Amino acid sequence: MIRLVPRTDTPALLQIATPILAVLATMIAGGILFAIMGHDPVAAIRTIFWDPLFGPAASYSRPQLLVKAAPLILIASGLAVGFRAGIWNIGAEGQYIIGAITGAAVALAAYPAEGMWIFPAMVIAGAVGGWAWGMIPALLGNWFGASEILVSLMLVYVAQRIAAWMAFGPMKNPEGFGMPGSRNLQQYPAAANPELVAGTGAHWGVVAAALAVLATWFLMSRHIRGFHIRAAGIAPRAARFAGVKPETLVAFCLGLSGALAGMAGLFEVAGPAGQITDKVGVGYGFTAIIVAFLGRLHPVGILLAGLLLALTYIGGELAQLTMNLPAATVQVFQGMLLFFLLGFDLLTRYRIARRITA
Amino acid sequence: MIDPVALFLLLLSASTPILFAALGELVVERAGVLNLGVEGMMIVGALSGFAAAYHTGNPFLGFAAAAGAGALVALPFAILTQFLMSNQVASGLALTLFGLGLAALFGKPVEGVKAPAMISGPLGLNWIVWLGLLMVPAIWWFLNRSRAGLILRGVGENHDAAHALGYNVRRVRIAAIAFGGAMAGVGGAFISIATVLQWTEGMTAGAGWIALAIVVFSNWTAPGVLAGAWLFGGVTVLQLRLQAAGVRVPVQLLSMAPYLATIIVLVAISARQKLSRRAGGTAPGSLGQDFHALR
Repeated sequence: MIRLVPRTDTPALLQIATPILAVLATMIAGGILFAIMGHDPVAAIRTIFWDPLFGPAASYSRPQLLVKAAPLILIASGLAVGFRAGIWNIGAEGQYIIGAITGAAVALAAYPAEGMWIFPAMVIAGAVGGWAWGMIPALLGNWFGASEILVSLMLVYVAQRIAAWMAFGPMKNPEGFGMPGSRNLQQYPAAANPELVAGTGAHWGVVAAALAVLATWFLMSRHIRGFHIRAAGIAPRAARFAGVKPETLVAFCLGLSGALAGMAGLFEVAGPAGQITDKVGVGYGFTAIIVAFLGRLHPVGILLAGLLLALTYIGGELAQLTMNLPAATVQVFQGMLLFFLLGFDLLTRYRIARRITA
Repeated sequence: MIDPVALFLLLLSASTPILFAALGELVVERAGVLNLGVEGMMIVGALSGFAAAYHTGNPFLGFAAAAGAGALVALPFAILTQFLMSNQVASGLALTLFGLGLAALFGKPVEGVKAPAMISGPLGLNWIVWLGLLMVPAIWWFLNRSRAGLILRGVGENHDAAHALGYNVRRVRIAAIAFGGAMAGVGGAFISIATVLQWTEGMTAGAGWIALAIVVFSNWTAPGVLAGAWLFGGVTVLQLRLQAAGVRVPVQLLSMAPYLATIIVLVAISARQKLSRRAGGTAPGSLGQDFHALR
């Protein structure tokens, strides 16, 4: 018989090894799934994980990597800070949508004015919008004890409907021949978020994601607030006795992750997406949860995990085109990845030992 | 003028998916497990139930298949939380994401086909509606009057004490998780087989999350779950009525009503539970905590 013995600390090697093991296990389980569905498993895995980077059409798909990774990393950096403290913001998708709307609102209000101030103002508006949407569950939690998990999640559905209302109502393009959706911000130079260096896919969101990684690293490992967050996550009672107010942390973490998600939404709507439609939210807010866990809630890990999950998005699209795999394949992959990740996490918290039979 | 009786019957139908899912989650949470995967289990039930009903032509077989599929898809969650001591919040989220993906992946072949007709029971209501109403006293009786229910509550209230008394905490919890999955599956299948009559991706639209909120609202009791489900059935029916009546409010804003109502109710009930000064209201003592027997 084997038994599990709790570890007092985790070897650094295991911290790095478990996410890699989880990715490998996901590839194997995914391969089995493809085989069941009647596809060549090896070809499918290669299409998803290899071809976007090194395949025949890689020059087209490689820039997409940064485009897709930027919102994931931006959102996950914020989420991970809260997750460290046991504050579960799972409504980043809603904060992303609201940020896209408030950011786009600035541009649509300013149209057709030109000026250097417009884009920065949009970024601020996006961050404020996301922050405000994140503060709703924070304040309802702090004042009334309502679960931030459920409130933040409910607000995703509310945000989706606000986006639909905007696309069909107040923000509808007056020159859009009655089609739903706002003006295309890509065609409005003062508000557009274009590719900064041709061929890289890097737009301002990529810059912001890089800054977010640096900033959250600094926060978590060099700043007293980060220390409080970690303390509250490991020993909530001890942290309270040390003077850490849980209410402050809840407001800070939900506000921060909301603001980052809101900015991600703005960069997307001003750049790759271009306009407010009823389908502004494409699930980045949920995938970012997986990114945060895969990155072990560490800024550098999140950077790598964001790139990997961006790869699965692009690979999934490629597999849709070349192998006729359904679009949902990637979703299943991502779900399985989180399952395996959580499972292998056991190795970091427990040591496997032989049971000594007395 | 709308006939109040007809409106109540509509409410009964509209509340059924959430009633099933929330009753299932109630049992799971009373066993001390927080499963945030309700939405995922519901959508898997919605698809497998619909597909089974379509292929066999028998809606009741569809519901049976949905119960089985719901319990089966909850299995990874059970393994993760009960054997691998994974965080229940994260594992539940994983189950939801996995379930949504799985249903979307395997749902393509039945897109656009129509469900077989159901034979309605008394008062022109679907038999499943009656089954749901019957489950309320059944689960109340199980939790409060049966020996097995007492053990289940003991496991949920204090798993270390239950373990010390010789009860198998894991086995009780795995059974509860499977039951919760089956109930969520039936709830999801009600949406596809009996309400919408077809399969569309993401059709549960947050019903699983509303069910989770209702369990909090119910103060972890079966009659409370019924009250919560009716409240949301009522809001849904009212919202649809207002849409049909052509109220001058955009459809998208009206359709927010169930989600906003959930938040409002959650806030109100949490505030009351907070005032009652009982830590965590009447939530089971071991809710959401890992159980690891050292001996």
